[in-house]
Amino acid sequence: MTALVIRGGHLIDPAAGMDAAKDILLKDGRVAEIAGPGKLKHTEGATVVDAKGLTVAPGLIDIHVHLREPGQGYKETIATGTAAAAAGGFTAVAAMPNTTPVNDSPEITRWMQAPERGAQVRVFPIGAATRGSKGETINDFAALKSAGAVAVTDDGRPILKDNIMRETLAAAARVGLTVIQHAEDTRLTQGASMNLGPASFRLGLRGMPPEAEYGLVERDIRLVSELRDTHAHLHVAHTSTAAAVAAVRQARRNGLRVTCEVAPHHFLLTEEHVGLYNTHAKMNPPLRSAADRDAMIEGILDGVVDAIATDHAPHAQHEKEMEFEHAPNGITGLETALGLCLRWLHKEWHLPLGRVLSLLSAQPAALLNLKGRGTLAVGSYADVVIFDPKAEWTYRAVETKSKAKNTPFDGWEMLGKVRWTICEGRVTYTNPA
Amino acid sequence: MNPQPRRRTLHTPAPPASPFPYHPGSLLSILDLKVEDVGRLLARATELEKQDPLKRDRILSKRRIALLFYESSTRTRTSFELAAKALGADTTLVSNLSSSIEKGESLKDTGLTLRALGAEAIILRHNSSGSAWLLEEFARLPVLNAGDGMHEHPTQALLDLRTILAHLRPKVREVSADTLTGVTVTIVGDILHSRVARSNMLLLPRLGARVLLCGPKELLPELAAEIGPGVQIERDFEKAMRESQAIMMLRIQAERLSGLQLDLEEYKAHYQLTGQRLAAHAPKAIVMHPGPIIRGMEITAGVADGVQSTILEQVTNGVAIRMAVVERALTAGEGGRA
Repeated sequence: MTALVIRGGHLIDPAAGMDAAKDILLKDGRVAEIAGPGKLKHTEGATVVDAKGLTVAPGLIDIHVHLREPGQGYKETIATGTAAAAAGGFTAVAAMPNTTPVNDSPEITRWMQAPERGAQVRVFPIGAATRGSKGETINDFAALKSAGAVAVTDDGRPILKDNIMRETLAAAARVGLTVIQHAEDTRLTQGASMNLGPASFRLGLRGMPPEAEYGLVERDIRLVSELRDTHAHLHVAHTSTAAAVAAVRQARRNGLRVTCEVAPHHFLLTEEHVGLYNTHAKMNPPLRSAADRDAMIEGILDGVVDAIATDHAPHAQHEKEMEFEHAPNGITGLETALGLCLRWLHKEWHLPLGRVLSLLSAQPAALLNLKGRGTLAVGSYADVVIFDPKAEWTYRAVETKSKAKNTPFDGWEMLGKVRWTICEGRVTYTNPA
Repeated sequence: MNPQPRRRTLHTPAPPASPFPYHPGSLLSILDLKVEDVGRLLARATELEKQDPLKRDRILSKRRIALLFYESSTRTRTSFELAAKALGADTTLVSNLSSSIEKGESLKDTGLTLRALGAEAIILRHNSSGSAWLLEEFARLPVLNAGDGMHEHPTQALLDLRTILAHLRPKVREVSADTLTGVTVTIVGDILHSRVARSNMLLLPRLGARVLLCGPKELLPELAAEIGPGVQIERDFEKAMRESQAIMMLRIQAERLSGLQLDLEEYKAHYQLTGQRLAAHAPKAIVMHPGPIIRGMEITAGVADGVQSTILEQVTNGVAIRMAVVERALTAGEGGRA
């Protein structure tokens, strides 16, 4: 494999406490050497990447994406979804199991990682917690883990039965896997298509009450606390309500292994962005109240939120051109995450750049125990994003690498333009200035 | 060491403005109309009603109007059809049960097809809230919302207003923001699922009326009062009656209850409009109902047929109002959208 030298850039590696002008040598898919500007020793024959004026950081990691394969290739494929990931600066994504069929087996888990899928970034499958994600029979987590699964979840079909969730947490803890819960008590959200509030009443749409989320988060935390001795790890997916973040904060104070992620749309948008039935503002969990949105920002600023994850959920155009209540949930997010985080978390709300990058790389890597990723320390995987931190640009959904254009951020101003994405030493995206 | 949350100073992205320009002839929400527009439509309804039918039918002679109905309807469909025909337009009815909609054709494709067939306006009744916006966006024709799910039914609010004015403000010729000052209208029953209630509570306060909403919690959530100014909740039906000059009864929409359990006997005990209740608490108020009425459920036969009832007058007013609205659809902004 050819060697790459990244020269003249400013390296920010929060996990290594690095924030300085450095040159980097990538060799055989790993970080081989880091040195001051012009000080690298073994650069003979290496291809040079000129990173002058650019920020060099660990490749971004999105622990919540839907790549739609197997079975729903008309929405997205692993190849197109990961191409969008690379364009967004991501070098690894964790793929949810709500495919067709559900990824509840080592065979599908391996199929998703096969070279034939044409992935542009590293794909880490997340296995289904129960057979067919039906919430009844727990899968063989050891087998899923050895096939490459990095966590288990039933995602959009959350585990409601206490005993099944308790068993899932215990079984996952035994093999060292995280349990991710999409916290939604679906008994309270039948037929609902947005947040329950004044806007849903005005629009004549059935609403999802916030307690459908935080009620289940509180139930899960209670189960984790009962299993304290097993070191069970609960990760709350796409937290959207103030009460859910508060519950996670309290659980952590009590010493429990409970973590959470927030999606950019939940710290930027509110139920008012549904406007007049914009299906690109329909997702699950739904856009919430302004107070909830502010609580997501506060949770990110004060550190209780462990990761930014996009919940990239591509859909075909005709599926979103439907009556609001019939349109599927979800929006794309891989290409807009960094630009929105820098524009809002960093520039607007003054979260230091290193912490923004940590939420997008080091912390998600730690959450799912992705060894050698989320950092550029010597010996780590050569997963790198190189971006212009000053570049302001406008996102255009028509230019996406994804198959899908279902985003509420079309036409939004972004800060920070990805110039190079390098995954395990291979350049997977370039966009020179 | 971490920055303190600064809730009050957080600058956040603004919600979007209207997503696309509507056709000026469309009527999707009652909020599309300014008070002056409402006045103009009411005045025009009266003019058209009085006009010689043989002259009136030249106004929209041979213009094509499609009625697209995804839900059954007696009053709304017939009055829109009679209104369009009274102005000379050709109408065609497409219903979900006897069209390609049954085969799975989408609302978008149905709209595009009607446009290709030469429809110049579409009158839409649909069981999904917001469907009128979807159709407007893709058909690029004037769309008249004849009821979208639980959301709105703007022409019903206009005909209800015409009925209220005829009884409570018979001398008023032009409406303004204080025409109904001092008037209280109580809307009773299944508010949650009612598009009639939403359109009325968005219209009547803009003319100065106070709207009281009355019903059990399951059918009237607290947050209903947040819909806009001039709207309050009064769960005591008899107290609300004593303050009201108009009482608008609503049917319990069994088709939208979606698993909600309701004790109908208890409902009737609290909210049924009986002759006794009416005589005791609102002997002078008008009794309205958008129909269909379920006699013996929300209203007794005696009250429905009684002297205070305006139920059939509302139906008649529907034709006049819809003539004005249909005319506006095909003549507003002549030359098409910008």
